[in-house]
Amino acid sequence: MPDSILPLQARELCYQVNGTPLIDRISLTVDVGGFTVVIGPNGAGKSLLLRLLHGLIEPNSGRVEWAGGTASNGVLRMRQAMVFQRPVLLRRSVEANIVYALKWLGVPRAARAAAIDAALERAGLADRRRAQARLLSVGEQQRLVVARALAGKPDVLFLDEPTASLDPASVQQIEALLLEANAAGTAIVLVTHDTGQARRLGRDIVFVHRGRLTEKAPAEAFFDRPESPEARAYLNGEIIV
Amino acid sequence: MLRTGLVTGLALMEDIQAAFSLAAGLIFSGDTDLFEIVGLSLTVSVTAVAFACAIGMTLGAAIGVTRFPGRSAVIVLLNALMGLPPVVVGLCVYLLLSRAGPLGVLGLLYTPTAMIVAQTILVTPVVAALTRQVVEDLHHEYDEVLKSLGVKGIGRVRTLLWDARYSLITVALAGFGRAVAEVGAVIIVGGNIDHLTRMMTTAIALETSKGNLALALALGIVLVGISLAVNGAVATLGGAAPRTRNA
Repeated sequence: MPDSILPLQARELCYQVNGTPLIDRISLTVDVGGFTVVIGPNGAGKSLLLRLLHGLIEPNSGRVEWAGGTASNGVLRMRQAMVFQRPVLLRRSVEANIVYALKWLGVPRAARAAAIDAALERAGLADRRRAQARLLSVGEQQRLVVARALAGKPDVLFLDEPTASLDPASVQQIEALLLEANAAGTAIVLVTHDTGQARRLGRDIVFVHRGRLTEKAPAEAFFDRPESPEARAYLNGEIIV
Repeated sequence: MLRTGLVTGLALMEDIQAAFSLAAGLIFSGDTDLFEIVGLSLTVSVTAVAFACAIGMTLGAAIGVTRFPGRSAVIVLLNALMGLPPVVVGLCVYLLLSRAGPLGVLGLLYTPTAMIVAQTILVTPVVAALTRQVVEDLHHEYDEVLKSLGVKGIGRVRTLLWDARYSLITVALAGFGRAVAEVGAVIIVGGNIDHLTRMMTTAIALETSKGNLALALALGIVLVGISLAVNGAVATLGGAAPRTRNA
């Protein structure tokens, strides 16, 4: 097994529905330990791009390549994780949700107890481990989902607007979890349309508009001197279509 | 004419009163015949529902998570089979098990086993069709997460069946309701033989045709009582089931 399935290289990804291109020749790279934030207006294709990278859907053309293309599909699945906008939790206890993920990620039984404790501790849910996951508040549910995704120590974590419907305190907790995981070596690819969040978290910014990657730059450069007119308009709070 | 109607009406009222006291008498005196009939009814129907759940839930869940050509036709067929007439099932099982039939050598006709077979055939489509719907709805919600975790095939079916467990209890109950209440299939393949294949529904049919309305009604009251008790017990157990609040 390789040390990391990264870098991830997307080459000329295209995805179309009924002839309409929704993702149009997007190429990008995610490096080991990177923190990439994908921003752009609603309907630009951000979520679709994330699903293509994570392998939930297949591109019509183009390729997603992992660390030289040597790792098997099973290993690739186990070393990456994704968090969706709406927290999807199994109808089981908080603890059982994490156990389930660990089991399918191939974490040996002996190593699970420690991983569960660490995940619950991280999510601040240590005292709720026996509670039914779906009875938690929405903020707690999303924290649990992030902790579940991180429990297997993935090389890369994809997140699709994970804080879109959360209160500020919960947003803060989720962001702290992401920064902590990133510091521990997990690369993060985060889709958001909250530019404040992109400024707070991102090291690299990818700007997507109408299914195309219009700009790709380090965060500081992007927010100080956006090069594309679309990105400039977007950052100025204009409506771009 | 009017007079006859009144007399019949009065007689019926008396019958109903008599039925209630007879039912109470039979139950509280621990009437062995009654308990034998009730016991057989429950054994046959519970066994049939257990088999139907094992087959129907697996089948329903498999159809719920897979896409294949002709799938919608299969679903229409399955839904239509929910309304399978018990007498037709009884007749088919009779033909299979009768001395001259393909399975005649087994000598199962007019035994409780034959009744279990008939009720299993009757209940399986109900369980399968309802399970398909429950599992498919849940699958919509879980699909991407399961895909993300690499959960496929049997693992997927097992996860969904387990997570739909509270809804599936209701499905099993619906199956039990159909089994315990039907008379058409068991009377054909069981033959309503006293002390051997006499069930509550077949006994009610027999006593009614003999004009023994009080006994028939008493059995009917017991049957409805069992149905209520089973559902009440499940509702009490279900009270422990978590309600989804933020879902």
